[in-house]
Formats: sequence, structure tokens, C-alpha cells
Amino acid sequence: MSIDVSQFVQTFLDESFEGLDAMESQLLELQADDVEAINTIFRAAHSIKGGAGTFGFGPVGEFTHGVETLLDEMRGGRRAVSPELVKLLLEAVDCMREMLVAARDGVEVDAQRIATVRSAIDASLNEENTAPMPEQTAVSTGGNGAGWHIRFAPEPDVMRTGNDPLRILAALEELGSVQVTCDLARLPSLEELDPEDCLLSWDIRLEGPVGREAVNEVFEWVEDQCELRIEPLSGGEVAAPVQSSTAVAQHASAGSGVNPPAQTRSGFDRRSGGDRRGAGDRRADTGSIRVNTDKIDALINMVGELVITQSMLGQIGNELVQGGSQVQLEKLRDGLTSLERNTRELQESVMRIRMLPISFAFNRFPRLVHDLSAQLGKQVELSMSGENTELDKTVMEKIGDPLVHLVRNALDHGLEVPEVRLAAGKPATGHLLLNAYHQGGNIVIEIIDDGAGINREKVLKKAIERGLISEADAAAMPDERVCDLIFQPGFSTAETVSDVSGRGVGMDVVRRNIQDLGGSVEITSRQGQGSRITIRLPLTLAILDGQLVRVGEQIYIIPLVSIIESLQAMPESLNVVAGMAEVYRLRDEYLSVIRLHRVFGVRGDTEDLTKGLLVVVEGDGQRAAVFVDELLGQQQVVIKSLETNFRRVEGTSGATILGDGSVALIMDIPGLIRMTNPPAQDAVRKRAQIEEAV
Amino acid sequence: MTQVIKQEQSLRETAGKAGDSQVNQYLTFSLADEYYGVDILRVQEIKGWTPVTQIPNAPAYLKGVLNLRGVIVPIVDLRMRFNLESVEYTPTTVVIVLSLMHEDRERTFGIVVDAVSDVLNFAPEDIRPKPDFGTVVDADFISGLATLDKSMVMLLDIDRLLRPEELSAISRATE
Amino acid sequence: MAKILAVDDSTSLRQMVVFTLKEAGHDVLEATDGRDALTKAKGGGVDLVLSDVNMPGMDGISLVRELRSLPSYKFTPILMLTTESSPEKKQEGKAAGATGWIVKPFSPDQLLSTVKRVLG
Repeated sequence: MSIDVSQFVQTFLDESFEGLDAMESQLLELQADDVEAINTIFRAAHSIKGGAGTFGFGPVGEFTHGVETLLDEMRGGRRAVSPELVKLLLEAVDCMREMLVAARDGVEVDAQRIATVRSAIDASLNEENTAPMPEQTAVSTGGNGAGWHIRFAPEPDVMRTGNDPLRILAALEELGSVQVTCDLARLPSLEELDPEDCLLSWDIRLEGPVGREAVNEVFEWVEDQCELRIEPLSGGEVAAPVQSSTAVAQHASAGSGVNPPAQTRSGFDRRSGGDRRGAGDRRADTGSIRVNTDKIDALINMVGELVITQSMLGQIGNELVQGGSQVQLEKLRDGLTSLERNTRELQESVMRIRMLPISFAFNRFPRLVHDLSAQLGKQVELSMSGENTELDKTVMEKIGDPLVHLVRNALDHGLEVPEVRLAAGKPATGHLLLNAYHQGGNIVIEIIDDGAGINREKVLKKAIERGLISEADAAAMPDERVCDLIFQPGFSTAETVSDVSGRGVGMDVVRRNIQDLGGSVEITSRQGQGSRITIRLPLTLAILDGQLVRVGEQIYIIPLVSIIESLQAMPESLNVVAGMAEVYRLRDEYLSVIRLHRVFGVRGDTEDLTKGLLVVVEGDGQRAAVFVDELLGQQQVVIKSLETNFRRVEGTSGATILGDGSVALIMDIPGLIRMTNPPAQDAVRKRAQIEEAV
Repeated sequence: MTQVIKQEQSLRETAGKAGDSQVNQYLTFSLADEYYGVDILRVQEIKGWTPVTQIPNAPAYLKGVLNLRGVIVPIVDLRMRFNLESVEYTPTTVVIVLSLMHEDRERTFGIVVDAVSDVLNFAPEDIRPKPDFGTVVDADFISGLATLDKSMVMLLDIDRLLRPEELSAISRATE
Repeated sequence: MAKILAVDDSTSLRQMVVFTLKEAGHDVLEATDGRDALTKAKGGGVDLVLSDVNMPGMDGISLVRELRSLPSYKFTPILMLTTESSPEKKQEGKAAGATGWIVKPFSPDQLLSTVKRVLG
């Protein structure tokens, strides 16, 4: 039978990456006497090695072999835990991860680096280690191809290890032609016979061109539990029956063969390095299951349908209010209420299947902070809280990089070197806190440092240099707007582009990524005392809270997270610049007006901006006023992709199905603002400002 | 309608066994007095016209999208697609829901036609290659011509006709 | 066909073992560590146990020892899934009462031929 092992590769990779993460985090806080931690690390390496060969990652297995041996010596107390060793093992973890990723993605590994780490491991293994285990290879003796004469006398308790001599004989029969003679010499009288003992022995003549190894293999599991002689058959040798099997009775001479030879068990009694201390399972066992996300997505879609049905029923119920008896109506209402509750609960629990604790994203930071603070010559203590706060797997995957960027930034620009901190009257060691908690339907992630904070003057100066703001703007700008400048495209406060945070990715990209997830990010800072970055993300990408708006006959959904406020336009605040572009002055801000009916090419109720409503929205750090006819209700909507059957539609992020079964498009606010051409709008806004001033 | 299709399908099986040549079945429909056919195996269902949600900045013939049991399906008006004179939709206006292959993935589209007429069997020898002279329909979308009672049936290649990027390309061109 | 208990904390290896054995027509029980295996083994009727050695909770060696102390597992074949780097583990396993071992990495075919050998 051929079994395709490739079907298990994904599982192997998943658990290997998990194992590597566990190795890394345990290594980072490894104490010399923490046997269980070393065991956990060892087991992770051991599993990877065991699976690697089986699932076609041979080189990974070979590499891991040395790591495993090192770890085995550590847990056996034969090798001391040292910072150098931990560093080497961390590098090995990196190599293993890189090799697995490379094998998975079919890309090249950094062979040089892996070879370097590997030879460091080998060197470490050789230096003080006792002689390597002698390989237990059987002495290969030739034999002349005629076959073998085998004397097999198992110890009486051989069957208590589940080894059945008959199966061994059967296995020999598969190798060649076999003649067996049974020796009953050891059999006691029937009264004394313990049926659980094996007191028979055999003389076996195995004929055929059978290799010695093949024969050895048959006896491999019992070689220490038997007297075994394997000799090549000489050409003319005749089978010399030791005893005839019919001679049972005569040879039941009591006692003689019964006592087992209680010696020759050297292999048994050797205990290697202390008994396993059981219990104390340090692995964070979350009782998790690995489920194919496709299946879950299907389930989520189904529940989405249920939600739609429920809201459809709700609508019917409301319509019935005009007709029907009071009692019927009450019942319908009650039923609907419970349907609504059930639906919501079901939806929540289904969504929860996709949820993972944020620790999956946080776990990489101890290592990152460890490495980076050393590189920057800073002392940093990282603490994390709320690691068990859960969020959607997809959101988690997408928030990883932005978080890394923000943490790098905090280390690079926020926290100071010890001398500076001491001079400022602060402890030499800086503190960085990663915190997560749920708030409403969102997860809030905070990155808090007690570093230098944001330097208002520096930021303003840079912003003026970059042409982001004018000198006049700068003076009056409130602190929170100053912090916000950091997220503007093209802004970077780093004096020099360091290799820590200057990776060509600006904070604007971080913000863009977070907004693409339907979230927001903001910074608050106190100069000299530190900064706090607050990220808000939806718990899931499958549903969102939406505001229904109407333009003519069409209904659109604006994500609530994008909406700042809604208002009726005051005629005196409206300006038409350059005969075409419209801006609206809201307090001291100029907003471009986006006429949804124009952008989307539909007929609205009115062209008169004062007759409809302006919805003030924000996306990509820009604000705009979206002109609609009417605001309808707010509701949670299930997001459906237009790309399933069609394609992406500019200005929308998808669609949903409303209670009446019709489709409504969900607006992509940043996309909508981009569509209306921000540079031009910018110019228009500036001009409005100037015109106003004149 | 479903009934009809099922019966015809069993007919087709019999026909397939009886003759050597591979007989294909086509759902035929009318559009401004002309007849068109689509491979019956691509037809998911036939339903009456219901209002759709407009797609911003799409070509006029893309009427919009529809909720088909939780799936959002684009609907194309075939008269408008072929630049025929458009007519008011009535309760008898019909939408044929088709599955098509695009980028190795099955997609569902709906087409608005005047009326569905019949399910017909055509053997390969009944089908003539597409003409290179001007029909109202861009010849690219036609996989062949067949004749029925002296009237011509244009067999449509729906994978070409309803390519999502085709629809977006046109939308850019018309902007 | 035989009822086999497969014990491994590594999901991928366990899946491979279980799938291979099921394809060969065996009835397979799964356990993720020694303790889990012991509970499942006590359900009875197991003809063969395949167990990893290094597992959290209860390791394979302890599992073998525990199983051998149960009357119904006195002679049941128990194979350890082990790596070649640990010859002393094999001996420790034997001392605890294991029947034999399969050396990782192994292919599905190797697994089946070994299983065949102990099931006869």
C-alpha cells in the first residue's frame, strides 16, 4: 500500500512552528535547574526530528539531531546551562525555522549560516563530551549464502514483553525455507508448569541467500532476552536434531531448566539519568483543536444566513403589527426574540472557534526585545499582560508585522540608553509593556514605554520641513494632532535611518495596515515620561457594525468605525472652490465633500447639500464629508465578498444582505477618499483656507 | 423548468448510448427575435427578474448584484451586452443563472433574457463553425451555430462572454 | 482486523500512523500522551499499542510499565516509536516491558510491515 504522507505535512509544519516558538520562549527564560523547561524544549526538538524524516524534511531532521543531543545532555545533567549554550540553541531554533519555511515555500536557505551554526553545535558536542555512543551495528559476518543455523533459547519471561516466539519463527519463514526443531529440555512437570513462562527453545535451520542483518532484525527485539547463536550453514551440514518433539514426557525432568538464568540482563537494569519525574506539564495546554479554516468559514457563512433569516423574520413581524390578532403577534414577537438570542449566541460561539489568544502574536517579543536591546545598548524590561485576550486568527496574522514595527520603534526611538535615563533621574532599565484587553466588540492592544516620549518641537520641525504643515499651523496645533503627524506618509523622526526601524516602512504603512483591518491606532505621549500607542481592532473580519445610509433608491453601509459624526450642512459653511470642488468648514477644519450619488453614479433625492446629510468620516488619516440623502438604522452586518463571483469594486469593501433579502454594498472609506483624488482635494482645502482668510 | 431539464437529461443519456457521436444539450432562449443557446450543464437555475443592487461605475449592461440564497451574484442584461434595443422588464422577464469557469474557479453569473424557449440536442455535426461576418453579437462569444426549423441558434461561449475582467475593462473604457 | 492504540503527542506523526493503520483496515484508537492512552487502554480490547517515548504528562516508558501491570495487557504487543539516537531508551523500554520498537523516521510501509510482524 502506498500512503501519501504529504497530507500530514501542513500539520507537521504547524506543530513544528509551535514547537519552535515554545523552544524559543522557554530558552529565553531558562533557569539552570528548571528540569521541566529543559524537558519541554527537548520534547519540541525531539518531535520535530521525529517528524522531519517521516514527512520529507530530511535536512531539518539531520540538523535537529545535534540540537536534540545537546538538549538530551542538558536534561540528563551532563551539560550545564550557560548563556553561550542558550544563545547557540536560539540560533539553532532560527535555523530550524528558516529551513522549514524554506522547504515549505520552496526557497533557498542561507546555507552558510546554517552550516556555521551546525558546526558550532558539533564543536560543542565534541568538546567535553564523553565518547559518542558506540553505534550498535551488528558485526557483519558474511555467511556463504547457503543459510543460517540458529539456536534460539528465549528467557522464560520473554512473553511478558509481548514477544511471541512463534511470531519470530513465522518471520524467519518469510526469509527462506525453515526447518525447526523444538527443544523441550527445560519443560518441567505439568504441575510445576507456569503457562506464562516460555520454556521451549529452538534449533532453526534457515536455508536461502539471507543476509545476516535480516536475521538479526528478526531477533532485534529479543536479543537481550535470549540465548542466541547464529552461525552460517556449512555446505554439507546436516540438520542435527537435538531433541525430538515427541519426546515430551521423558524430558520433563523437574527443576533443571526451570530456573531462569537470572544474569545477562545488564541491559535491563541500567537506568539512564534518573527516573522521569512525571506530572508538571509546563506546556500551555489550551485544549486546542486544529481545524481547517475552510470548514470554519463555511460554518460562519451558514450562521450568517441564519442571521439574515432572523432579521427577515423580524421585519415580517414588524409588518404584521398592522394586522393579525394581538395574541398571535405577541407570540411571534416572543419567538423572534428567542430566535434572535439563539442566533446571536450561535454566531458568537462559531466566531470563537477562529479566535486565538493574542499570546500567539506576543510570543515573539521577548526574543525580539532581548536581541534588539542588546544591539542598541539599551536595558529593557518587557512585560506583557492580557495575553489570553482572544481575537480572530486572520486579524492576528495581519497585526503581527505592524506590532513588530511599533515595538521596534519604541525600542529604537522611545526608550533611552542607560546613561541618558540615569541623567534624567529614571532607572537605567527602561520598561516596555504590551497589554491587551477587550472593549465592546473590539480588542485593544497597547504598547506603553517609559522612554523619552514624543518631542513636540522635533516633530513639528520635521513636519514643516516635509511640507506637511505650515509654520502657522504648527504653533496652534494641539498635542494629539502633533502625535498624529507621525502617521502621515513620508514622516520619520529618526535622525538617521537605523537598521532597526528604518526598514523603509513608515508609520503611515502601519496605520494603513491597521485601518485595512477596520481598526485604528493613536499615540499619546508625555515628553520625558513615555508614550502609549493604542490599537483598536475588530475581533473578527466576518462581521462589522454598520450605519445604513440611503442615496435615492440605493442603500449603502458605512462602517461605524469610520464615522466621526453626522450633520446637516449649514449653507454658510459650504464653499465651492475653483468652480467645482466643494469643501465644508467644520469648526476649524476643512473637509472635502464627497457626493456619493456622483461618485457611485446613482440618482439621489436631491443635489442640494443642505437638504441631505453630511456624514463626517475618517480613513487613512484623512477626513471627508460624505453626502447622502438619509441615515437609516445601524446594524451588525455579515460581510460578503463581491469577488466570489465578480470582482473587487472600487470604493467598496464588500457587500451584505439586508433583512429584506436585498444586497447592500459596504463602503471602503479610505478607498472612497483615495478615489476622490486626495492631492487635488488637499490643494482645494488649502485654497479654501486662503480664500476664507482673505 | 427543472422538470423539463431532468427529462431531457435522461433522454440525452439514452441518445448518448444509442449513437456514437457525443450529443450536447443546449438551453435555448430568445433575445429580440433571435435564438441563443448555452450548454445546459452550465445552467444552475432559471428564475424571474427581481430588482438588483447597482454596482457603482459598472457598464450599463451589468444590471447589478442579486442575493441568491446568500450568494451575491452579478446580473448581466444580455440585450444591452449585445447592444440590442433594451426593453422594460416585466414579470415574465427571465434570469438564467449560469456557472462559468474563470481563473480555475467556478463563478456564478446571471443573464437577463427575453424568454427561455427549449432544451435542444445538437450533435457536433449539427453545429457549424462561427461565421466571421457581422452578426449583432461579437463573434468572440459564439462557439458555433446550429439550425433549428430553419431558424438559427447561436451557441454562446459563456466563459468568454462573462469574464469579470472583461466587465471591468469595459467599465474603464466607458468612463 | 486488529484494534490498535496509537499514542503520540505530535499530531502529524499520530495522524500519519492512524491514517496508515486505518487504510490497512485496522481499528485505531488515538491518544495524545501516556495518561490519555492508559485511560483508553483500560477500555479494553486493544491488540497492539504503538507509543511514542517522549511525551508530556506520562511518557511512553511509564505507560508501558503501567500497561504491563494490568492483567489484560500482560502479553499485548507494545511497540515504542523511538529515534535512533537513544539506544538506552530502547533498553529502558524493554525493561519496562515493551515488545520492541520502530525507529523514527519510518515510512507508512515500514510501519505496516512491523505491525504485521507482531500481529502475526
